[in-house]
Amino acid sequence: MPDFIAELLNRNDIFTASTIMEYWGGMVTTVQLVFLSLILGLVLAVPLAIMRTSKNPLINGPVWFYTYIFRGTPLLIQLYIIYYGLAQIEGIQQTFWWDIFREAFYPALLAFTLNTAAYTTEIIRGAIVATPSGEIEAAKAYGMSWALRMRRIILPSAARRGVQAYSNEVIFMLHASAIASVVTLVDLTGAARNIYSRFYAPFDAFIFVALLYMALTFLLVFGFRKLENYLLQHQRPVSG
Amino acid sequence: MRKLIVAASVALAMMAGVAHAQERNLRIAFDVPYEPFEYKDENGELTGFEVELAEAMCEEMNANCEFVIQAWDGMIPGLMARKFDLIMSSMSITPERAERVLFSDPYYNTPGGWFGPEDFDTDVTDMEAMEGKTVGVQRGTTMDTHVTEEMGGVVSIKRYTTADDMVLDLEGQRLDVVFVDYPVGEQTVLSKDGFKEVGEPVKLGEGVGVAMRKRDKELAEEVNAALATLKEDGTYDTIMKKYFEYDIKM
Repeated sequence: MPDFIAELLNRNDIFTASTIMEYWGGMVTTVQLVFLSLILGLVLAVPLAIMRTSKNPLINGPVWFYTYIFRGTPLLIQLYIIYYGLAQIEGIQQTFWWDIFREAFYPALLAFTLNTAAYTTEIIRGAIVATPSGEIEAAKAYGMSWALRMRRIILPSAARRGVQAYSNEVIFMLHASAIASVVTLVDLTGAARNIYSRFYAPFDAFIFVALLYMALTFLLVFGFRKLENYLLQHQRPVSG
Repeated sequence: MRKLIVAASVALAMMAGVAHAQERNLRIAFDVPYEPFEYKDENGELTGFEVELAEAMCEEMNANCEFVIQAWDGMIPGLMARKFDLIMSSMSITPERAERVLFSDPYYNTPGGWFGPEDFDTDVTDMEAMEGKTVGVQRGTTMDTHVTEEMGGVVSIKRYTTADDMVLDLEGQRLDVVFVDYPVGEQTVLSKDGFKEVGEPVKLGEGVGVAMRKRDKELAEEVNAALATLKEDGTYDTIMKKYFEYDIKM
């Protein structure tokens, strides 16, 4: 560690090596939790969104109901119900499920995944519905089957339209993950709360953690700009 | 709206000033529920050991007191932001806190207690046997500090904001054992079937004091004088006996 940083660390009570390590541990938990729930959520959301655009009410009805429930209630309440509710089920402690749900991480991951999947489903559904009818007609004229049409025309086209809205959802998810600390997970916010309660220095503890969230957000924004550039290449004016 | 409130409070303050030239207004903060120190009874009235002690103290100081409910996390910031003037919510005196607030003389001290399920038979002072166990504490309490310092690398520590959430996780078997302020554990854990005390109570810290802003030195002197009188004239003992079967006086 460079001398000037070591000296800076020595001159204050709060940012010692051990608190920095605690923040680091919190950062790892936050990134794992958000990253995994976004990946799982996206994997769930694509088929759900296709089902949601179905004209058959038996297929689209249940998906509508699911997104309505998860978008209609606060994430905090969903987390409480899943974390404390599961533990109240008679006998769950004796089943293998308990090995998973005993730790706070998995109930939180489940709640976050179901929540982000619901929002992402609606984002993708909106993008699918907005596919220009000409594109679909052209695909049909080529004799493409439904599956091929979905794979080659509709979903890629929907991805271009949905990516901006989805980048918002990703950033919201990062910030929403701050509530994981209420179920004893030591994520970034949890680490800040522990450090705050040890030193009673709310500004130092929380402003530092806010900066860390901002740095993570910056990375996400940067990544999505690259992705948008890639997906929307064809819309850029030809240079030179 | 804001102006109206300011005008109204100025008018009220002036009226109060006319009625009792000596009487002062004090706002005292409590974090509820923290039985039996401060909680709401079945009628929703604020009561408990510290609430009654605060009432007696206000009478002794000839002050007009208003009670404020404040969650624990925001206690010290709320005091600094002048949302209230005194904290009487079982705040243990620690050197870290004393850097931010001014403490009165201690007015009680209770030990920390170990509570767990009936079948828990591990010696909580035996570090080898405790290895890998999950211990619940309330975040930022002297019990938290004790477990963090003494058993930090040995046990897995879960920190909770409220005792209720912690007891829920003890019942749900997410925690093996909790280390909590003795009377709180007695009220919450022992009141349920299948739980018991699993270790000797541990005396921690310098006791609990009234917390004030650092600049309120005169107020602190008045509070100390009032508390000393209550401890001597038997008022303190009468209130204590209502809530405790053992001595917590300091």
